[in-house]
Amino acid sequence: MASQNLQSVPAELSPEEVEREKAGQAYFERIIAEDSRIEPRDWMPEAYRKTLLRQISQHAHSEIIGMQPEANWITRAPSLKRKAILMAKVQDEAGHGLYLYSAAETLGQSRDKMMEDLIAGKARYSSIFNYPAVSWADMGAIGWLVDGAAICNQVPLCRASYGPYGRAMVRICKEESFHQRQGFEILLELSNGTPAQKQMAQEAVNRWYAPSLMMFGPPDDDSPNSRQSMAWNIKRFSNDELRSRFVGMIVEQVKVLGLELPDKDIRYNEETRKWEYGPLDWEEFKNVLAGRGPCNSQRLERRRQAHDDGAWVREAAAEYARKQAEKEYAA
Amino acid sequence: MTPHGNPEFPGESTPAGSANEGSRAAAASASSTPATSTTESHSHSQWPLWEVFVRSSRGLSHVHAGSLHAPDAAMALRNARDLYTRRNEGVSIWVVPADAISASDPDAKGSFFESPQGKDYRHATYYTKSEGVKHL
Repeated sequence: MASQNLQSVPAELSPEEVEREKAGQAYFERIIAEDSRIEPRDWMPEAYRKTLLRQISQHAHSEIIGMQPEANWITRAPSLKRKAILMAKVQDEAGHGLYLYSAAETLGQSRDKMMEDLIAGKARYSSIFNYPAVSWADMGAIGWLVDGAAICNQVPLCRASYGPYGRAMVRICKEESFHQRQGFEILLELSNGTPAQKQMAQEAVNRWYAPSLMMFGPPDDDSPNSRQSMAWNIKRFSNDELRSRFVGMIVEQVKVLGLELPDKDIRYNEETRKWEYGPLDWEEFKNVLAGRGPCNSQRLERRRQAHDDGAWVREAAAEYARKQAEKEYAA
Repeated sequence: MTPHGNPEFPGESTPAGSANEGSRAAAASASSTPATSTTESHSHSQWPLWEVFVRSSRGLSHVHAGSLHAPDAAMALRNARDLYTRRNEGVSIWVVPADAISASDPDAKGSFFESPQGKDYRHATYYTKSEGVKHL
């Protein structure tokens, strides 16, 4: 790690600047070694800043795009109660996106630039949101599996070494637990309903099981950035470790639902003390991430449209603020 | 988007121009098309940044909750309410323009906060308790 960080010091620095860089580097490494937190105005290696910026902005984009599969069901929710719950959930996701954009901004990237990158298709977001939500039961499966996997991933991120990211994650995790419970409840109700409703719940679980396991990212031996992120205390556990834990949780929960996970290979390995699961289609994962998933273009197009539709609101608000300020100045 | 049809259902028709669900070919071709949007990109400067402080209940001080962008204080307050108090987290909100905050220099952390160091006698725990002495 040390040798790699030294390469981030540009060659054309004056002797004083080199000293300052070295002192910053030493301070950064001490903070990381103490498992303390880095704050926005601290010195940090360029690669650390870049890694965080990529991760946090992708996370923010995922929340914003993640509003779509569910917002799409608000008008067709089966009851007023479910409609109200779904609206609260979608509103939370907008909020989570904003907390994360704020955290990313502290690393020196403007929010407008991040928005532009998303709309221009230059930024990535979680592959999961490029799958369609085709039935009401998908609202249950998304809450239970997708939000469940997200929580599994996010709880350790509350201790990420970058202060603003950790603080945003604390807030998000607090709010997210209701998302998972309402999803579980939807599936439980369907499962205890008519045979057709139960089948609908089972089909939704079948659809979302594998994509939710892939949310943890590629297998450890194919995840080039993981080791560095763990050395920097951004990530606390590897992708496979978290995935295995998640399988262990849902394998019990699915019994209460009276449903089945579409994976005959799930078993607890007594030796490694880890949950094992069947093979996942990583080709599909790569394709979806690269923009060739079932809904990629629809999601981006919707985001673009919403951005354009909101332009007049932003302009009017800015103009109103300008006029008010002028009036105050004149008075 | 049709208000009551499911645009995500592969069998249903989708609005003209948008890609069909499940059509990988359509998705691939659309993703290679350059973006046509961001009409006002760079043409307006970003709204100012506000820091948000929330008083969680009467009798407690306002605590920093996060930040947001808004064109003016009134909008900042409304946005802060929606963003940071969706679950009754507050009874009062302050918004402060981020650039109005003066902060101590992070590079001077050592010297700036040096004064209290070695002055343990400022803490009650510095003093040895005498046995049997109450209320001290």
